[in-house]
Parts: sequence; C-alpha cells; structure tokens
Amino acid sequence: MAILLDENTKVIVQGFTGHIGTFHATEMIEYGTNIVGGVTPGKGGTTHLDRPVFNTMKEAVKATDANASIVFIPPPFAADGIMEAADAGGIKICVAITDGIPAQDMIRVKRYMRRYRAEDKMTLIGPNCAGSISPGKCMMGIMPGHIYMPGNVGIVGRSGTLGYEAASQMKEYGIGVSTSIGIGGDPINGSSFKDHLVFFEEDPETRAVVMIGEIGGPQEGEAARWAKDNMSKPLIGYVAGLTAPKGRRMGHAGAIISAAGESAAEKVEILEECGVTVVPNPSSFGETVKAVLEKAG
Amino acid sequence: MDIHEYQAKEILSGYGVPIPTGGLAYSPEQASYRATEIGGDVWAVKAQIHSGARGKAGGIKICKTQDEVWQAADDLLGKKLVTHQTGEQGKVCHRLYVEAGCNIDREIYLAFVLDREKERVTVVASGEGGMEIEELAVKKPESIKKIAVEPAVGMQPFEAREIAFALGLEKQIVNQACTTILGCYRAMRDLDAMMVEINPLVVTKEEQVLALDAKMAFDDNALFRHPNISELRDKSQEDPRERRAADRGLSYVGLEGNIGCIINGAGLAMATMDMIKHAGGEPANFLDIGGGASADRTAKAFNLVLSDENVEAILVNIFAGINRCDWIAEGVVQAVKEIDLKVPLVVRLSGTNVEQGKKILKESGLPITMADTLKEAADKAVAAWKEATGK
Repeated sequence: MAILLDENTKVIVQGFTGHIGTFHATEMIEYGTNIVGGVTPGKGGTTHLDRPVFNTMKEAVKATDANASIVFIPPPFAADGIMEAADAGGIKICVAITDGIPAQDMIRVKRYMRRYRAEDKMTLIGPNCAGSISPGKCMMGIMPGHIYMPGNVGIVGRSGTLGYEAASQMKEYGIGVSTSIGIGGDPINGSSFKDHLVFFEEDPETRAVVMIGEIGGPQEGEAARWAKDNMSKPLIGYVAGLTAPKGRRMGHAGAIISAAGESAAEKVEILEECGVTVVPNPSSFGETVKAVLEKAG
Repeated sequence: MDIHEYQAKEILSGYGVPIPTGGLAYSPEQASYRATEIGGDVWAVKAQIHSGARGKAGGIKICKTQDEVWQAADDLLGKKLVTHQTGEQGKVCHRLYVEAGCNIDREIYLAFVLDREKERVTVVASGEGGMEIEELAVKKPESIKKIAVEPAVGMQPFEAREIAFALGLEKQIVNQACTTILGCYRAMRDLDAMMVEINPLVVTKEEQVLALDAKMAFDDNALFRHPNISELRDKSQEDPRERRAADRGLSYVGLEGNIGCIINGAGLAMATMDMIKHAGGEPANFLDIGGGASADRTAKAFNLVLSDENVEAILVNIFAGINRCDWIAEGVVQAVKEIDLKVPLVVRLSGTNVEQGKKILKESGLPITMADTLKEAADKAVAAWKEATGK
C-alpha cells in the first residue's frame, strides 16, 4: 500500500512531446512508472517514446484506461489542462509540476473541481511541486527516484529539494518512505497538508508522517489542528524560514509572511501546541523520525 | 509587482472608483503648475514610493499656497523616505502626485486580498479608517467585516451593500460606496491583482465618497497577459541586487548577515539559512539558483552574492535532482577561478553524481572546504567566517 499512486497507476503525460515533458517522461519510464500515453493538442495519432499521443484527455482516457495525469504544460495554459484532466472522467490524481500559474487561475481550477461528486473527484497535487513518489512502485515527478527507499513513513512537503534532504537523511537511518507528496510552493495548492494527512491516516502501510512546511499561509496550522483531533499516527513537522523577514517573497510564490500566524516561529508554536513532534533544525530529520518510530514501537 | 498610488488611482478610476482631482509632477515647477490647474486652496503633495505609511515618514505634505506646494515638492524630490515597510535602506522619491484637498467627514478601510485559507478573493472593510489593517486587527477586530467572493459568479451588488451597511454608512452614501466596492473587485479580477487597498476611503462633508489613497499589487505570474500593467513597473523602487537577480533568472532576497548562500530550491534555501543561524551565524541572502544550474548560471550566482559587501564567507548547498553534482562542481570551479574569490568557501554536494562532483572540487586544487551533510556545511561555514574575520 501507499497513498494515491502505486503499481496500478496508469499515467498520461500532459505536455508530453515538449522538451521538459519528454525529458521527465523518459526518467519516469526508466523508474518503472506506467506511462500509458500523452496529450499534446494537434499531435494526436502520432507516437512519442513508444507511446500513443492524443489530442484530448477524454480520448486518452478512453483509449488507455488511464487513472492519473502529470502536467508539464507551460503556465499560461496549465490551468486549462488541469481542468481538462478533471473533466476527462476516470483521472483520480493529477500532479501539476508547472511553476508560475496565475493565482486567480488556481482559484478557478479549485472552484471548477468542486462540480464533481465525491467518487468522481480528482485529487490535484501541486502546482509548482517536484511531484510525488511511492518508492519502488510509481514516480510521478521530477525527483531523483534513487534517494527514496521503500518503507513506512509518509512525507508531505511544499519544497522539492528540502523533501529530498529529509528523505535522504531518513535513508541514512534505514528509514524508508511509503509515499512522498509535494504539495507545491504556490499560495493556492490543489490539495493541502491536511488532505494528505487524511490519506496517510487511512493507509495501513504508513506508520508515521513527516510534514515539511514553510513560511506563508495558514495550512500547517490547519493540518496540525486536524491531526490533534483525528490522527492516531505520529506526526513530525518542520517549518522552514526562521530567518525569513516579513513581507519578502522567499522564492516560492507562496513563501511570504503577509499576515499574523504565517511566520516560521508562530507556526512551530501551533505545531507544538497540537502535539506535533517538531524537527529542531533541518539536519535532524533522520534522528527525529527514528526517535519517534522507536517510541511508537 | 507593486505600482504607485497615482497609477492605482488611474486604474481604479477607470472602474468607477471616485478619486480626487490630481496630477503627476517631476519638478517643483510642475507641482505648483498642477496646483493651479487643480484649483482650490488646499493641496496634498504626495511622494510616490512603493510603500505604505508614507505620511508618518514625512512623505505627504498638506499645502495652503502655491509657494508651499513648490517648497514641499522641492523637499520631497530625490529624498529617501524610510518607513517600516521599506526597511532601513528606504526608497527614493522621484515622482510626486499633487492632489486637491477635501473636507473629510469619516474614514473607511477597504481592501481586497487573496485569501489563502478560503482560496478566494476576500473583501476586508472597517469603519475605522486611517489605521493599518494589522493595527485594526489587534485594536478593533470587531470593526472588521469580511466577505469571500464566490469565483464562479464574481461579486454581487448585495454583497457590496452588506459591507456598506455594516460600515454604518448613511443611506444616501451607500450607492456610491457600492460602486466603489464593485469597481475595486472588477479591477482585481480583470487585472490579476493580488491586492487592492484603499486606506482611507473617505466620505466628505459634501457627502461624496473618495479614494484618498490607493495601493495595488499584481500577480507576477499573470503579467504575461497584462502588458499594460508590466509597463507600470518602476525599477527605481526595487532593490538593485534583487532586480539584477530577477533579470538573470535567479531568485534572490538580500538580508543583513555575512554568510552568502547559493542553494538550489526555495525550501532547501530557507532551511540552510535556518541552519546557519542555528550554527551561530547570520545568512546574508536567500538565493535559489533553480534547476538546470549551468556553470554560467553558477558564476552569475557567485557574482551576485559577492556584490553584497557584507559577505565574508560563502556556503554552497546543492541537492541535485535534475541537476548533476558534477555540472555544479564544474560551475563552482570555473566561477572561483574567474572571480578570484577572496572569502572562504564551503561546498556541500548531495544527490545525483555526488562522487564525480566531489572529485572535481578536490582535483581543482582550489581552497574549497567540503562538507557531506547540511549540519557539517553550516558549522564549517560559520567556523570559516569566524576564522577569516576574527569575530
């Protein structure tokens, strides 16, 4: 088991034939991800990387029975592509890698996705993320797959490289990952920390979850409060950006302290109040997770 | 992207928001001529800088004669204004806005923001104008009225009325206020603004609603579809280092410390800065060199970090995913040779092709301190900085 993506995940690549789509689709195929085809409007009927190319998501799903998509579409057109995936019927998860989607486009995407019944709803991961991976089963993203060892700890984080750092520290201690989810660094995400804690709580293979947050937005607090009341598994948290000044954007579009409660110190305080084990500094992911797992027995 | 008050007013005026008569001036002569054009017997001469709280910093002067207008303009032009939003370095005023004075009866706070919790545009209003929203939230939280706008249909007139009545406006004022509220919302939506703030929105003794100040910020990610907004960019208001970084496709934020940072990924960059602090140092900057970091890009990053004269040591921390450690190592070696580096350098490489990367650094013969882990990297950088500076 894992959450959201596993060996049964059949992936369509949106923006398949472009430079970036081609590069990462090749890497994912090498990792063992079941890429069943791609969509590039106007190139339907051709093949690319030995897989069929379709003009629309509906055609792609009909022909391949795909249940997932990954988006490498450039920012001006990415929101449109995500909505197309949501409407294709049968796509359960969509990972949007694209960085630079306008915030109001994401507002529209989130509103649009609410039109489906719960059982027909798509879970959107990202945008502006490194993707998600269930090690040894399926990789949907741009991460170096080899740093993730299969195991029982879930990771959900905003940042790509900081997630790699955490996973590789855990690997040093012999701790593997059930699934690692990158929710992305934008102000409006397809799915939140809390959404994924719900999935991890239900996954029998996940024993503990590491949540890697950063400055800006209310999500870490929301997730911690939910976990306090609803989660039986240990939650380990980290918030990057203790040295970040107020009102300055730290790389990610969403990494900006613009309201009360959005600084790293304030978020850490909320996490601690909710009983989350806080990683004291970013070099202690490995030892903190190890200690928590040992304590949990 | 931020714009000036006068630009925001021009935009909002096009959406039906009433503004006082005013005009732009680049010299005292233009300012006093503007005052003549506008007429009346009281004018506000306002420094155009990208910051709020200009009044407290002496950036807004109320004048009763044309001589006073001339004098105020002469004082303000070229002056560096320091507000709590600009930081110590302040912002230099190069443009003035001269505006007709008015008889204020009451002040209102009105803003539209991107609400990350609700994932919608939210209107924030308070009958207690003049104060900043942070101050209002602490001192008069009960006065704040909020409505999150349903994105599928946009803001409706009844929502604007709810706000106007909640503010306790007289019924003859409500319609004017609604026009203003709906106009601001349309501007926000049509132009991909991240924020529209009118503080204060005033009701005059003549029962007229007027936007006395206006602030707009736009979504950088949406500028591709708004060339007319991009045109309003004023580079003189941006930090020169951050502007250079942006022009080179790097993401940089200058800070107060001494240890320069070159890192890939925003989250790892913030975490590395936290680690430097934890090790007893202070980061000089945030810098994300991004994916595909070529030798050329690495060299540019070094130059940028070193353009801050407070930098007394450099820490490079790369976790290579789509990057390759050997490419980065080559970039570092090339950059160090080209720029004749005078400060200690600590490099930590991890991820794809890490062994090849380390080998390149070792064989270069350059004085580069290597580190394997994040902790070791931060400790060594702080130690090297202390040794080099005797601090």
